[in-house]
Formats: sequence, C-alpha cells, structure tokens
Amino acid sequence: MSMINYASREINCKLVYYGPGLGGKTTNLETIHGKVSPDTRGKMVSLATETERTLFFDFLPVDLGTVRGFKTRFHLYTVPGQVYYNASRKLILKGVDGVVFVADSQLDRMEANIEAMQNLYDNMAEYGYDVTQIPFVVQYNKRDLPNAAPIADLQAQLNPGWPVEDTAKQKEVPDPYHEGEFLVQQVDGQWVERAPYFESVAVTGDGVFEALRAAAKLILKSLS
Amino acid sequence: MSGASTWSLQESDFSQIQACLSALLKASNARCSLLVDRNGQLLANAGEELSFDATAFASLTAADFSANDQLAKMIGEQEFASLFHQGDKESMYLADVARRVILVVLFDQRTTVGMVRLKVKQTVSDLNRIFDEMFARLEARGAEQAPGLLEGAEDEIDKLFGD
Ligand SMILES: Nc1nc2c(ncn2[C@@H]2O[C@H](COP(=O)(O)OP(=O)(O)OP(=O)(O)O)[C@@H](O)[C@H]2O)c(=O)[nH]1
Ligand SMILES: [Mg+2]
Repeated sequence: MSMINYASREINCKLVYYGPGLGGKTTNLETIHGKVSPDTRGKMVSLATETERTLFFDFLPVDLGTVRGFKTRFHLYTVPGQVYYNASRKLILKGVDGVVFVADSQLDRMEANIEAMQNLYDNMAEYGYDVTQIPFVVQYNKRDLPNAAPIADLQAQLNPGWPVEDTAKQKEVPDPYHEGEFLVQQVDGQWVERAPYFESVAVTGDGVFEALRAAAKLILKSLS
Repeated sequence: MSGASTWSLQESDFSQIQACLSALLKASNARCSLLVDRNGQLLANAGEELSFDATAFASLTAADFSANDQLAKMIGEQEFASLFHQGDKESMYLADVARRVILVVLFDQRTTVGMVRLKVKQTVSDLNRIFDEMFARLEARGAEQAPGLLEGAEDEIDKLFGD
C-alpha cells in the first residue's frame, strides 16, 4: 500500500523480493546497499539466523528520484525463502506494491522455484491480491553458474504468461528489455501477458538495478 | 482488489497528529513518540531528537506488531492491542490505532509504565478519531486511487528511469 505524505513530500512504496531459499534475495539488497550512494539509501536491517539465512526479513529504504516534486522512496523487503517460514513470509507481503521474484537459475533448483512461485500466488491471493495485476518482475539470478538452466526453460516454467481477457489490451507489446520479444502477444490464438524478466548475478550486481528500476517504474506507473 | 491501495497523509492531518503526540509527551513525561503505519512507514514523531535510524526503527516496529498479531491469533486472541518492552533504562510501549497505525512511546525512569499506559489511552482515542475521519474522507473520494498526484506523470516517470 503506497503512502503519499504531503507533509514530508514523499511517496512511499513497498517492494518485496520473493523466491526460493538461497536464491539470492538478500544478496540483491546487499548489492544495492553497497552500490548506491549513502545519501540515497538508509540503513539496512537484516533479521537472520546464525547461518545468515533470512529469518523474518531484510529491509532497505532507497530513494529513486523525484516525481512531481515528491521524493520516491522505496522500501525494499526480502522474505525468508525457506519453506517452513511461510507464516513470516506471508506477513511481509502485506501491503505490498510490487514484487521482484528472484529465481535460482541452477537446474536442480527448478522445483524449488516452481514451488516458491506457487506459494507467492497463494499467499497473495489470501490477501486478495492478484499477482498478474500488480507490478511484478522476474529476475533469473546466478546466471554466472555453469549449471544455470537456459532462459527459455525458466521462462516456460516460471513465467509462461497469463491470459489477457480485456480486448482493449489484446495487442502486441514489445518487451522494452529484450529486442524482438514481447510482453503481450498471441500464442496459439490466445493472448498472453508475461512479467518482464531480467538475468542477473546478484553477487556482482549485474542485472540487479535493471530489475529494481523496472519494478519501481511499474509501481509509479500504477499510481499514475 | 488487484493489489494494495494507496492512502495519503495531508498536511492538516499531519499537524493534528503532531499536536496529539506532543500532548501525550507532556502529560506522560515520556521521551518521545512515533507513529508508524502497519507497513512500517514512519508517519510522524515528536519529542526528543531520535538517536537511532527512524526508518529502520519503523519497519521493525511494524514487523514486531504483525508477528505479535499472529501470536495473539494462535492463542485465541483477536489481537494484542498494546505491547510493552521493558529495558534496564529505556522502555517502549506500543499501541494499536484504528488497525492502521501503531503508536510507539519511548520512556525512561522519569515516568512509569502505568502512567504511560494511562495517557496513551486518551491519545489512542484522539488518534482513532483523526484516522477514522481521514479514512472516511478518502473513501468518500472513492479513493482506491492516489488522489491524482501522479496522474499524467508518465513522461516524468519515463524520464526518471532514463528511457
Ligand atoms: N554464484 C552466485 N552466487 C550467488 C548469486 N546470488 C547469490 N549468491 C549466493 O547464494 C547464497 C544465498 O544467497 P542469499 O542472498 O542469502 O539467498 P536468499 O534468497 O536471501 O536465501 P534465504 O534468506 O534463505 O531465503 C549466498 O552464498 C550468495 O553469495 C549469484 O548471482 N551467483
Ligand atoms: Mg535471505
């Protein structure tokens, strides 16, 4: 739930990094924390176990610039990816304005990715939110590893698209991030829309800001 | 609802809230008070200058409250309307306001938890009124939407993100 504060002239939005355990959600926030200038970000808070697995959440506030004279402030959260932390994971989704799904590209993590994606849809539905109707991007992380699955396979499994019922929206929309690809297109006579996707290596920062900015932009557009 | 809705805090609401918080501090002799929304955004604070990162503090407050909410449900309570964390020197008292925001009061030996609890009651009822009015007003405006602040700002948003 974004909040516009006229007194401090800020727009506050909540962006949640979701995905399977060890996929790289926390690393995304650490990288962002390390790479943006200290005066545009706040303190990072991590509630983690002894072994650095997220226990409740990580939190990092970042400013991404000014629109209409209002500072756009994004509160980035990660969830704990481990399956048995679902109660905490669900709490973090409350009031979310947008989601970055961080998938682990490694072949043997495909099942875990699929399970986490299903869990996202389920938890969102419990709040009455529909993932296909909110700012949502998919980030395929760990592209540096030799056992990374091909993007086409990951897309087919995790981001196959959802049907576009609204006839006004049934027209081709090119994917601004991948030449020659589409976010909305006809597949076998059926109109489908996919979430924008990004390839990343969270440990080096490759693709991290692209995904963040795409999500932030979708959130601000959803307010306009 | 496809996603979370937007709400806004007007300057007039803000000054009313600020007055409430200041009155509480005066009456209770507490050090400072903060108002945080359930999503962890700091709305207002009053009293002594904060010696910690208020944004981080606000996000932890909301998480603390939401975790306790779930614990309450597990033991068959609707909610814990207030929480008290006692420290050696510094303590904090948290209270729910209109199921939307959390009032946090930080205090030390200059007062007692009994006094703080008593005075918070009045403040919570004042804040409840302010927020109820505020949300009724937003609803009357049909406000699922931001009140038009970013309407037509697409170009500016594109420019901000460099494309
Ligand atoms: N090779 C490689 N390793 C990565 C990448 N991103 C993260 N890692 C490593 O993967 C491990 C897990 O990363 P985390 O960021 O803690 O994963 P997480 O998604 O927060 O995990 P949970 O908190 O359990 O949900 C760490 O050892 C990271 O260094 C990447 O792009 N490439
Ligand atoms: Mg983590």
